[in-house]
Amino acid sequence: MQTKKISKSRHPSEKNYFQRFGVYFIKNWQLYIIFLLPALALTIIFKYLPMFGVIIAFEEYSPVKGYFGSDWIGLYNFKRFFSSTEFARLLLNTLKLSGFNLIWSFFPPIVLALLLNRVRHKGMRKNAQLIVYLPYFISTIVLAGMVRLFFSPVGPINALMGSSVDYMTEPSWFRTLYIGSGIWQSAGWASIIYSATLAGVSQELIEAARIDGATILQQIKNVELPALKPVIVIQFILSAGNIMSIGFEKVYAMQTDLNKVTSDIIPTYVYRMGLEMGDYGYSTAVGLFNTVINLILLVAVNMIVKKLNEGEGL
Amino acid sequence: MNKKKAFVTQDNIVKVTGNLLLIIFLLLIIIPVIYILLCSIMDPATRSSVGVSFDIKHWTLEGYRRVFEDANTWRGFRNSFVYSVSFTVISVGVTLLAAYPMSRNDFMGRKFFNVIFVLTMFFGGGLMPTYLLMDQLNLINTVWAVLLPGALNVWNLILARSYYRSIPTELREAAEMDGTSELQYFFKVLIPVCTPIIAVLCLYQFVAQWNSYFDAMIYLDDQKLQPLQLVIRAILVQNQINPNLVANMEKIAETAKLADLLKYSTIVISSIPLLLMYPFFSKYFEKGIMAGSVKG
Repeated sequence: MQTKKISKSRHPSEKNYFQRFGVYFIKNWQLYIIFLLPALALTIIFKYLPMFGVIIAFEEYSPVKGYFGSDWIGLYNFKRFFSSTEFARLLLNTLKLSGFNLIWSFFPPIVLALLLNRVRHKGMRKNAQLIVYLPYFISTIVLAGMVRLFFSPVGPINALMGSSVDYMTEPSWFRTLYIGSGIWQSAGWASIIYSATLAGVSQELIEAARIDGATILQQIKNVELPALKPVIVIQFILSAGNIMSIGFEKVYAMQTDLNKVTSDIIPTYVYRMGLEMGDYGYSTAVGLFNTVINLILLVAVNMIVKKLNEGEGL
Repeated sequence: MNKKKAFVTQDNIVKVTGNLLLIIFLLLIIIPVIYILLCSIMDPATRSSVGVSFDIKHWTLEGYRRVFEDANTWRGFRNSFVYSVSFTVISVGVTLLAAYPMSRNDFMGRKFFNVIFVLTMFFGGGLMPTYLLMDQLNLINTVWAVLLPGALNVWNLILARSYYRSIPTELREAAEMDGTSELQYFFKVLIPVCTPIIAVLCLYQFVAQWNSYFDAMIYLDDQKLQPLQLVIRAILVQNQINPNLVANMEKIAETAKLADLLKYSTIVISSIPLLLMYPFFSKYFEKGIMAGSVKG
């Protein structure tokens, strides 16, 4: 067996990988230079170069001295963050906001898809879908503006309740408003993937179950949910793995000086320390901490799901 | 008989509850939208005293007139339009091109490049290193700062690649036999049959750019370059109403009421372009989303 392998590789027509690659490249240079290069260049310049820039997390970075001339301070920036009074609050705020967001926002799209799937009239279903997808196209700024208007002390919500709560300055309301407006905006759009999967489930299967005397709940449990299961698993891994990368844009647009107790999260802190305070190295260190935690979470969630799902992960 | 009856009742309860839930959800979306539309044309004095009314006598186009008379609005619109169109062209172009070799099993180095692209979905340099890089590249206060960094979206690359893979290989084999080059095949054969995915990618990228404000906020200090989202952010989030907008209002209380009217009109005006695009693209939503779930 082994001798055969060696003799095969010595055969003059058998070249090593790089030689074969050279031949292939010359013949198919268009695939690399015209098709792939633009995307590759963008990725290397705007994604990989900043990764090398992470080095300033370990430096007393000064723009004058540059990446290589600044003083090396090791893990000082990390220690400074971990021992700062804000560390526990920021970490908790980040985890709570995205954790609760995951729990509350994950199931409405599935329920919505099941409900829409039961609308028999095709035209009515299409119209309902167009309505529930619509809010997804509203911008973050407009959404934040809407929340601010609706929940202002003189806004319609207070008028309805006969109260005058200033929700936007109330730290205890921030997460509710953030998550609630998120569900309002995205549940419909997130349901598309489930709706499309359900559309692939043959109606005959549901019909057969119905004729066999299965109730609607039984049909859902035995036909529709099993069909949705793989998609649910993938969606869960994707959202759980992104727990630390909760969007900066919306939090920042909904943040007020008074609700910072709950609305200050690691990404907004990174922004404040870096761009507002000019503490580049420290801000980078905090950001790096966030990325690493996120990576660990992603791997962990994938492992757990694999175990629960008989070896099927992402 | 009895049992069957029981089933029917349970089913009916489930049906009614389900439909009720759906209707509530639909209303929760429709009512705020209608409320905003109404408030944007409501006479501010009436709105604060009696609330919204469908009576046309209490309507006014004052809010729209003032927002449209503001030069900032128009500049924001123009900038956003230019940025969104250019971003869409660059982003979708680069993505469609790169997805082609990545979709071919015989492409040497495919796995290596795949790792290069996918890694960026999980790890990145973060805010400051990216900002410092943009500074070193002299891209701050140029349109390139908002056009280039996000142009290659790996998720979109995967969508396009999966879509190409769903195209029968016979097409390419036939083209190869005819001696067509890769470029000819790509532009004359492949792209024309990929309209659904192209429409979806264009929609995603246009909307993403139109709605984003973060990159513009940190990279574009120059007011002349600011996109619409930053202009409306000043009004909606920072509560900085341009003094020209509320001029001629004698009392402070009236100014405050007018400010809310302006906010509602601003919300409507800034959402118009997307609402116009929406029905045109809606037929491609499901197709595009499903393309991504085709196993690669």
